[in-house]
Formats: sequence, structure tokens, C-alpha cells
Amino acid sequence: MVTVLLLLLPVAGALLLLPLKGEKAKQFALITALIQLLVTAYAWSGITDYSKVNFLFDASWIPSMGVHFKVGMDGLSFMLVLLTNLLVPFIIASTQSEKFKKASSFYALILLMQSAMLGVFTALDGFAFYIFWELALIPIFFILLIWGGENRVKVTTKFFIYTIAGSIFMLIGLITLYLNAPERSWDIANLYQANLDADTQCMVFWFIFLAFAIKIPIFPFHTWQPSTYTQAPAAGTMVLSGIMLKMGIYSLFRWLLPVAPQAVADYSQLIMILAIVGVIYASWIAMQQRDLKTLLAYSSMAHVGLIAAGAFSGQLIGIQGAMYQMFSHGIIVVGLFIGVDIIERRTNLRDITLLGGIRNTAPWFSAFFLIIVLGSIALPITSGFVGEIMLLLGIFLHNQWMAAVAGVSVILGAVYMLRMYQKAILGPENETNGSFKDLTTSEMLLIVPIVLLILGLGVYPKPILDLTESIATNFLIK
Amino acid sequence: MKAIIALSIVGIATLFTGVFNMKNRAVWVAITGLFVALTFTVQDWNTSVRYFSDMIYFNNYAVAFTSIIIVITGLILLLCSDHYRTANNTIADIYGLILFAVVGAIIMVSYQNLAMLFLGIEILSIPLYILAGSNRNDLSSNEASLKYFLMGAFASGFLLFGIALVFGATNSFNLDEIHAAIVHNGGTISPMLSIGVLLILVGFLFKVSAAPFHFWAPDVYEGSPTVITAFMATVVKTAGFAAFFRLFSGSFLEIESVWFNILWVVTVLTLSVGNLTALFQKGMKRLLAYSSISHAGFLMLALLVLSDKATNALIYYSAAYGLSTICAFAVLLAVKEKRGNDSIESFKGLGKENPFLGFFFTIALLSLAGIPPLAGFFGKYYMFASALEVNLKVIVIIAVINAIIGIYYYLRVINIIWSSPDESTADHTIQIGFTYKTVIFVSALLIILIGILPEFLITLI
Repeated sequence: MVTVLLLLLPVAGALLLLPLKGEKAKQFALITALIQLLVTAYAWSGITDYSKVNFLFDASWIPSMGVHFKVGMDGLSFMLVLLTNLLVPFIIASTQSEKFKKASSFYALILLMQSAMLGVFTALDGFAFYIFWELALIPIFFILLIWGGENRVKVTTKFFIYTIAGSIFMLIGLITLYLNAPERSWDIANLYQANLDADTQCMVFWFIFLAFAIKIPIFPFHTWQPSTYTQAPAAGTMVLSGIMLKMGIYSLFRWLLPVAPQAVADYSQLIMILAIVGVIYASWIAMQQRDLKTLLAYSSMAHVGLIAAGAFSGQLIGIQGAMYQMFSHGIIVVGLFIGVDIIERRTNLRDITLLGGIRNTAPWFSAFFLIIVLGSIALPITSGFVGEIMLLLGIFLHNQWMAAVAGVSVILGAVYMLRMYQKAILGPENETNGSFKDLTTSEMLLIVPIVLLILGLGVYPKPILDLTESIATNFLIK
Repeated sequence: MKAIIALSIVGIATLFTGVFNMKNRAVWVAITGLFVALTFTVQDWNTSVRYFSDMIYFNNYAVAFTSIIIVITGLILLLCSDHYRTANNTIADIYGLILFAVVGAIIMVSYQNLAMLFLGIEILSIPLYILAGSNRNDLSSNEASLKYFLMGAFASGFLLFGIALVFGATNSFNLDEIHAAIVHNGGTISPMLSIGVLLILVGFLFKVSAAPFHFWAPDVYEGSPTVITAFMATVVKTAGFAAFFRLFSGSFLEIESVWFNILWVVTVLTLSVGNLTALFQKGMKRLLAYSSISHAGFLMLALLVLSDKATNALIYYSAAYGLSTICAFAVLLAVKEKRGNDSIESFKGLGKENPFLGFFFTIALLSLAGIPPLAGFFGKYYMFASALEVNLKVIVIIAVINAIIGIYYYLRVINIIWSSPDESTADHTIQIGFTYKTVIFVSALLIILIGILPEFLITLI
């Protein structure tokens, strides 16, 4: 029941806050998200075995088709539920309610989105999974469309068409799976037993993979991503990069790798190559960027490409690294975008060549932002390091040359992130942002916990690693 | 069956309200009649009675489609009542004609004899020719009426000729007997039979406006009064497909080789032509007209499958498509009345000025586009699933690509609805009447409801 409670709480919050206005709506949304986080913490204390499904809820939905509303959390699901519920309060708190027209709709959409994403992470029924997958798209579509930047209509359309095209192909893949399963049931265990011949397996694999590859995004399905991240309102970018793309990686583990083992064996090499090409490609472009948001969008794509490569490496440490890095990347990327948002709010600028000298007037901000940037570069004692080293090790065990190429991305990452930091934060003061104020108390409250999380998980990653360890191990035994 | 009688009587009664100068009550007479007919229909559930020496066979299939048709007509009549409130004194005729058309539609979904099929189609069509031209002072309405009449006459000709040839080959008009005769002949298919079947096919394709027999549809849809367009796009199409499916699944299943490939190609054409043309439309009504052609393509998937599941898929898709279309047309009517035209541009800023209309229009469009958890999604899903079950992979993939194109142009409209309003339209805040609100709200509610809980509709047959 806890799972259902987690799914319903944000929906209830969203409906209740609709009549509120402005700042009140924000406060209400924040309270809802914090209660949600408390419930999550309570759930964590109740989980005994991470390898099994906890808090299972199973109700018949469409009996004639064998569709159940079946949700529950094993370690992997819970990790993502935790990530989502941890990040949403930060995302809500980082917004400025006075900037939005119709603030209540905005926060309601964020909460609805949270619920849909939790549905994706907890669904154990193929049909329910698909519905949640699509549902998550609707709120973000309107967030982008209504509160996005100048060029929002074009960008939003592109984003929506891209993702929905992938989804519909996934639907065909899932239906094929369902029709070939031993029973007429959408239950995940039943779908896992589907008996597919080589051709069908190939088709199912690529159709489902397409949806995830677009969402993650893996090169060459990424073209929607940089423009969307740039045009979205800051909170939208955080949701997209922090949580939503994890839907793709999570679903790889839950809905793709187990159902088509033969096709995975055949094509994982190809996909790893694509992912690593994407890593280098994105890093290279990131080095040329001047717009902070676009730069971070490409850097995020580079990191996620590495995660995808690790997920397909077939090595325990790679898979576990991928699972861990999902968590770490979520926190770091939200931290980065909060930093950028603060800069943009103060100066109305995102161009790093026009910024500079922030360090002189805002030492606290610069220090905290540096830690987050270092986390992104994967410096030791940050959480990014733990994930990235595991991923590289996994890729290395799979193929040394690939690891050598992928390893370059860490260097490139340092190049573009430090260059960004140097130009935007250090250096001589620029007249455009001469009076950059340091962090206010509320911003402190926002950024300090993120910094602590990055450092804490870098020193002691065990709680998160424990969540997924047994899942990753079982994964390879199958 | 009682529904046919009841609606015929009420239709005549509605005409008389005009005579006795009670035209304001006409709509309520008509709606009461529909309600009575619906009650009768639902009572017929699971009875499967044959009437008039097997001319009409009211099985569950007929009951399901009759119910859908009556409910959708009811919503349309409610729209009419507001739309025509300022109209001239012919208003009672319009309700009467709509009811007669519904009688035809009910016969089309329940016939057991090809003579009744022809009768049903004509009873449906002739009132529609008049209704299409019911904006008598509007040139394009007259054009629509004439075009519709000529094309309809053509189609009827093909159909009748086909029926005659099939009669020649099988010596019967009765669906079961035709089926028995075809089975009896085993593998041999006489040329007369196959030509007859193909001519019937062409007749039907005309009626349901499948490409390449669709050219009349956009002009007729655009020229006709908007409520009548809504009626054509929903009730007429549903009845056409129900009749189509009933004949081909009941009689021509065994001679699939004659028509399957042709229908396959026509389906692909219908899906693609409708969608690709819809991409370039500037008028909302025309956009819905072309999109309704592509929806016909999705409905035709059921004809290629012809399984029990396909029957349910057809019923579900018809209901989902009908409700979504009505909801969209209701908003279209409201906007057109206030802003004077129905170009897509005139919907600009609708969402911000009038969140009620904007929200429900978005729901209708998302449902037409097939986004879960709305009814349109489930209809598409069920169609795809039933087609994949019989291994029609290629056409499903073509349909998927078309679904994506469809999403694109529906999305374009949604983008416009939620963009900032222009200065020029900003002060035209749209106030809408109670009946409009009711229709929009009820249809949107049903779209959501049957989308989340489809079990009831997909286990009917």
C-alpha cells in the first residue's frame, strides 16, 4: 500500500493546490513533496530484502486482457523512487513562484509528473508501465509549452514527437512480447518468459530500445535534447535531466535486457559503440559551447552515454556502476542547473564569455558551485567518482579499447567543465554582473544539502550501492 | 428493432411540432425519443431476435452499435439546440431528418438481408443530402449537398450492381445463405461473385470515404453546417463501418483472396492520404475532415483482421472516435460562433482566455491523437493488438507511422491553443451556453472514463 500512497500523494497535492495562488501554491507543493519524502524514508526503513519486491499492490484492471495494476518496489525501483522524491522538493524550492503566470498549474503539473514517473519506476505490469511512461510526458509537455523560452513551440513539438514516436514503437514491441508470452497476461514475470524466435526477438529489441534510446538519449537519437534543455524553464530542465532520463536507463534494466537476451548479446557491442561515440561527440560539442544550459545539456548527454555503455557491458561492476551513477548523476545535474539558475536570475545571462568575476563578490556560491562541478568531473571523494570509476571498470572488463576511448571523456569533461567555471565564475569582473550577490539563506538551504549529498555519497556510497547490489547480481545469473 | 419503430414515430412527431408552432420544444421531443429508443435497444441485449422473415437480425453486435449511434446522436442534438436557436422555422425538419437518418443507420447495423442494407443506406443518405444543404443561403452548403448527392448516387449504383451480381452467383440476399452458398462451392469462386464482391467493396469504400474514393469528403464536410458535419463524421461513419464489417465477416470471410489485397492497399492509402493532407490544412473543420479519413484507415484494420477481437476493437474505436470527435466539434462550434471563422489561427490563446474550452479541447485532441490514458489510445492499442495477433505486422507499422504523423498535427493545434492570445482576438472572450458545456463535459468525461476502464466495452461481443 505504501507504493500506492506514494503514487497518489502527489496527485492529491496537485488537485488541492489548484485553487491556490502564487507563493501559497509553491509552499503547498513543497510541503506535499516533503511529506512524500518522509513517506519514502518510512518506506526505506520498512524494506528488509532489496532483492525482492516490497510493498506489492496488485489489483485487476482490465481482466479480459490480463492487465493488472501491479506496483511494487525492489531495490532498484526503490533507489529511483528515492531519487525522484529526493529531487522534487529541491526542484520545487528552486523555483520563483512570482515568475510564473498561473503558478498553481505549474506546481500541479510538476507533482503530476512526479506521480507518473514514480509509476514508471514501480510498475510491474507491462501495460501499466506503458501508460505511466506516456503519462509522464503530458505534464512536461505543457510545462515546456507554457513556461518555456522564446523558441518553445518548435522545440516542444520536436521533443514530443521524438519521444512519442519511440513510445509507440515500444508499444508494438510490448504487444508482440505479450502475444508470445505463455499466458495472456501483462504481468512482468509472464512477459519475461515470452518465447521469441530470433527475428521476433530482434524486432522486439529494437522497437523497445528505440523508446529508451530516445529518452536517455543515446547517440544518434539525441537531437531533441540540447534545445529542449535550453528552452525549458529551469525546473523543467531539472526534471528532465535529473529524473526523466533515468526512466530510460531504469527501463533498460527492467523491460529490455531481460526479455530479449539473445538480441542483447548480438547487439550490445553495437550499442556500446554508439553510446561511447555519443560520449565523445557530446563532450566535444560541450567544449565549444558558450551557453551554460546548452553546455550542461551536452555534458549530461556525455555522462548518460557512459551509463548506457556500462549497462550493456555485461559486467557486474559495470551494471552496478550504471545503477549507482543514475542516482549520483541525478543529484549532480540538478545541483548544476540550480547553480546556473541562480546565475541567470542575478545577471539575466547564460553566456560564459559575458560572465566572470562572480568569485569576487560571491565566495560562498562559487565554492559550493565548484564542488558540484567537481562532482560532475568525477573527482575522488565526490559521488560522481564512485559511479564513473565503476562504469569505466565495467567497460574495461568488456573491452579495453572501448574503455580507453570512454576514459578520454573524463579528461574532456574536466576540460569543458573547468573552462566553464573559469570563464563564468573566476577571472576579472565583467561590467554586466558587477554586483553579483552571494547566496541568500533560502538558496543556502537549497544548495548545501546537495553539496553534502555529493560529498557524503562520494565518501560513503554503501547505502545506495546496497540497494541495487543483489539486483545487479541476480541480473547476471539470469 | 423497437428502436427503429420508436424513432420513426418520434421523427414524424418532431415534424409536427413545426406545424403546431412548438419548434422550441422540437429538440426535447427528439431527445426523449432517442432516450426511449435507447431503453428499447438495451432491453434487446442478449435476445438476438430475427424480424420480418430474417430481414433484420438484432444480435448483440447490432445492439452495441445502435447504442453508440443513439448516444452520439443525442449529443449532437443537444449541440443543434444551441446552434440553431436563432435559426429559421425549418428547425423541426432538421431534427426530424436527423432522426430518420438514425433509423437508416440502425437498419445498417442490424440488417441480415442485402435488400435491407440498401434500404438502410438510402434511408440514411437521403436525409443527409438535405441536411448537408440546410444552410440554404450559403453557397458552399449547396455545393456540399449536390456533391454529396452525386457521389452518394454513384456509390449506391456500385453497391446495387454488386448486390445484384452476388445474388446472381449465390441465389440469395440473406447473409447466412450467401455464406452457405460460398462455402458450398468450396474453392471455386465464380467471376460473377468476385466482381459482385468488388463492386460492393467499392460502394462501401465510397460511403466510408476511404482513399482513393475520398475526394468528395473534405468539400462536403467543410460546406455542410458544422453540426451536420459532426453527424457525418461520427454516426454515418460508424454505421458505414458496422455495415461493412457485418457483411464481410458474415458472408465473405471465406473468399478473402478476392478482396483482402485490395482492402490492404486501400487501408494503407486511406491512412496515409488522410494524414498527409491533414498536415497542410489551415481550417480546423477541414483538418478534422482529413483526420477523420485517416481514422477510417484505423477502423479498416478491423476489416482486415475480422476476428472476434476485431469486432470489439471496431466497437471500441467507433465509440472512442465518435466521442472525441463530438467533443472537438462542440468546441469548434463555440469558437466559430464567436470568432467568425474556423481557421486554426482563430484558436490562438483559447486555453488562456477560456481554460474550460481549452482544457477539454486538448483532451479531445489528445484522445484523437491516441495519447493514454484517453479512449483514443486504447482504441488504437486494441486495433494494433488484434492486428498483430493475426500477424499483420507490416500494416501495423505503417499505421504506427501514421499515428505519429497524426500526433504531429493535433499537437500543432494544441500548441496554438496554449500560446499567448493575439491582441486582435484578446477581447473576444468566449461565453458558451449551458448545453454546449454539458456536451463538452459529458463527452470528455466519457473519453476519460472508457479510456481508463475499457473492460466493459471490449468484452461486449
